[in-house]
Amino acid sequence: MDRYTTATLRVNGQDLQVVFPTHHTLLEVLREECGLTGTKHGCELGECGTCTVLVDGEPVLSCLALTAEMEGRSIETVEGLQDGNELHPLQAAFADLGAAQCGYCTPGMLMTATALLAENDDPSADEIRTALAGNLCRCTGYHKIIEAVEWAAGVVRGDAGAGPAREVLFGSSVPGEGS
Amino acid sequence: MAVIRDMMPAFELFRPVSVDDALQLMARHGEAAWALAGGLDTFDWLKDRIKRPEAVIDLGAISEMRGITADRGGLTIGAMTTLTEVATSPEVVESFSLLSMAAFHVATPQIRNQGTIGGNVAQDTRCWYYRGGWPCYRAGGNICYAAAPKAMNREHCILGAKRCVAVNPSDTAPALIALDAQMVIRSAGGERVVAAEDFFMSPAVDITRMTVLEPDELLTEIRIPETWSRARFYFEKVRDRQSWDFSLVTVASAMRMSGGRVQDARIVVNGVAPRPVRVTEAESVLIGSPANESIGLAAGEAAIRRAKPLRHNDFKRPLMRNLIRRAIRGQEA
Repeated sequence: MDRYTTATLRVNGQDLQVVFPTHHTLLEVLREECGLTGTKHGCELGECGTCTVLVDGEPVLSCLALTAEMEGRSIETVEGLQDGNELHPLQAAFADLGAAQCGYCTPGMLMTATALLAENDDPSADEIRTALAGNLCRCTGYHKIIEAVEWAAGVVRGDAGAGPAREVLFGSSVPGEGS
Repeated sequence: MAVIRDMMPAFELFRPVSVDDALQLMARHGEAAWALAGGLDTFDWLKDRIKRPEAVIDLGAISEMRGITADRGGLTIGAMTTLTEVATSPEVVESFSLLSMAAFHVATPQIRNQGTIGGNVAQDTRCWYYRGGWPCYRAGGNICYAAAPKAMNREHCILGAKRCVAVNPSDTAPALIALDAQMVIRSAGGERVVAAEDFFMSPAVDITRMTVLEPDELLTEIRIPETWSRARFYFEKVRDRQSWDFSLVTVASAMRMSGGRVQDARIVVNGVAPRPVRVTEAESVLIGSPANESIGLAAGEAAIRRAKPLRHNDFKRPLMRNLIRRAIRGQEA
C-alpha cells in the first residue's frame, strides 16, 4: 500500500512541498506538516465549521477534505489574512468589537466571512447570517460577529463612516475633557 | 494503550480520472471498495471506525461526472456536481427551481460547496442508533433499537416502516422524484436507467441499503426531463434549527394547472418513511380540482390516513398534512 503522498500545496500564496499519510485530511496536514495551527479541529463531522479554509476561494471544511485532492488548488487559511503587521479589516473588527469570546470558532468565522466579502462587499445582516450558517459559536456571541462583519465590509468598501461610534467601542470620554 | 494519531484509519486511495477506470476499480475490489464523492457522509463513518473500507475510490477527479448541460428542454446533471452548483445554476433556477430550492436547503454553505448531488441522494440514513454502530437490522443484526419501547424516535418513520424505522435524510431526493428524474447507473457490465421514484430502497426489499445501487455500480448522472419545466413548484423543509439541520418533514411538489384546475401533479414527502415517498393518495384527490385550501386539506388528510407514529413522533402526522396543504394552496393563499 502506498502509505505516503508527496504533493506541492499552494497555501496562502506559497508553494509548500509536503509528504503526508495519504489518508490524512487537509486539516491534519495543514496543522501537522505545514505547522499552520490557526485552523482548528472541532467536531470532525461537518457540524461546527471551525476547520473552514478557502479552497479556490470557496469555504470548505478541511476536516472533511482529503489532502490528496488539493494539488493545484489555492488554499487560504487564517494565517494568510494579515498583511505584514496589518490586520485584515475582518480581524480588526472582530478584535475591536469583541466578536471573539473563547476564540475557537474565530478562524472559521473569519475565513467564511472573507469569502462572503469577496463576493459581496455590502451584505445585509440576513446575508451574513446565511453565509455564516455553517459556523457555530459555542459562546453564542453571534450578534457581535454579525456586527463585526458589517463593519469590516464598510472598511473594505472604503466607507469612512463604517462601524460603530468611538464611544461604543471605548466608552464615553471623561467629563470636562471635551470630545 | 494504543495511541490513535490518525483521524481515521489508513486506506488505499485511488483517484481514477474516468468513469470506466472507477468501475474497473469497483469491480476489482468488490466489497472492500468504497466510492467517495464529497466525503460528508463517508468520513463520518470512517472516523467513527464503524465502516472500514480497504480501498477508497475517490470520484473527485472524474471531470465527465461534473456539470450541468441542457438536454432537449431538460437537464443532465453529473452526479459529482456540487450542491452549490445545482442551487445556483441559471438553467436549474430558470426551469426547475424546485431542485434549486432543495439543493439550497441542504446543510451549510461549506457542505454545499463540497457535497455532491449524487452523494446527497445516495447518502446513508442518520438514525443515531445505526450511525452509532449499534447492531441493528440495518447493520445486519436482529433488532431495531429505534422502535424499542423507550427509544428516542422523534425523527423516525411514520409511514412504510418494515423492521427498520430510519428515514431517508436527502433534501434533493423528493425534488428529483417530483421532477420525474431518471438516475443513470453504470457498472463494468453496462448502463441502466432507473426512475428517481424507484432509486430508493425499501427495507422490505433490502434493509441494509438506502438505494438500488449494487456494490459495483455508480450513479453517474441524473437526467431531468422537460415534463415539469417551469411548472408550479413548492418546496418546504421543516427542521428543528433554521440555521441548518436535517429535515423533520420535507415536501416537494410540482403542479400543472389548466383552466383553474390541477391537470397533473407530483407531491413527494421525505423525512416520514425509509425512502422519499410520492403521495399518490394526495395527488388523486388533487387532480381535476382547484388548488385551494379545502382540497389541500383533503389531500393532506388522505396522505396521513395510513400513518403509524412511533412513541415520540406523532407530531409528524399533522406536520406532513399541513405541508401538503400548503404545497397545494400555495404560500400566500
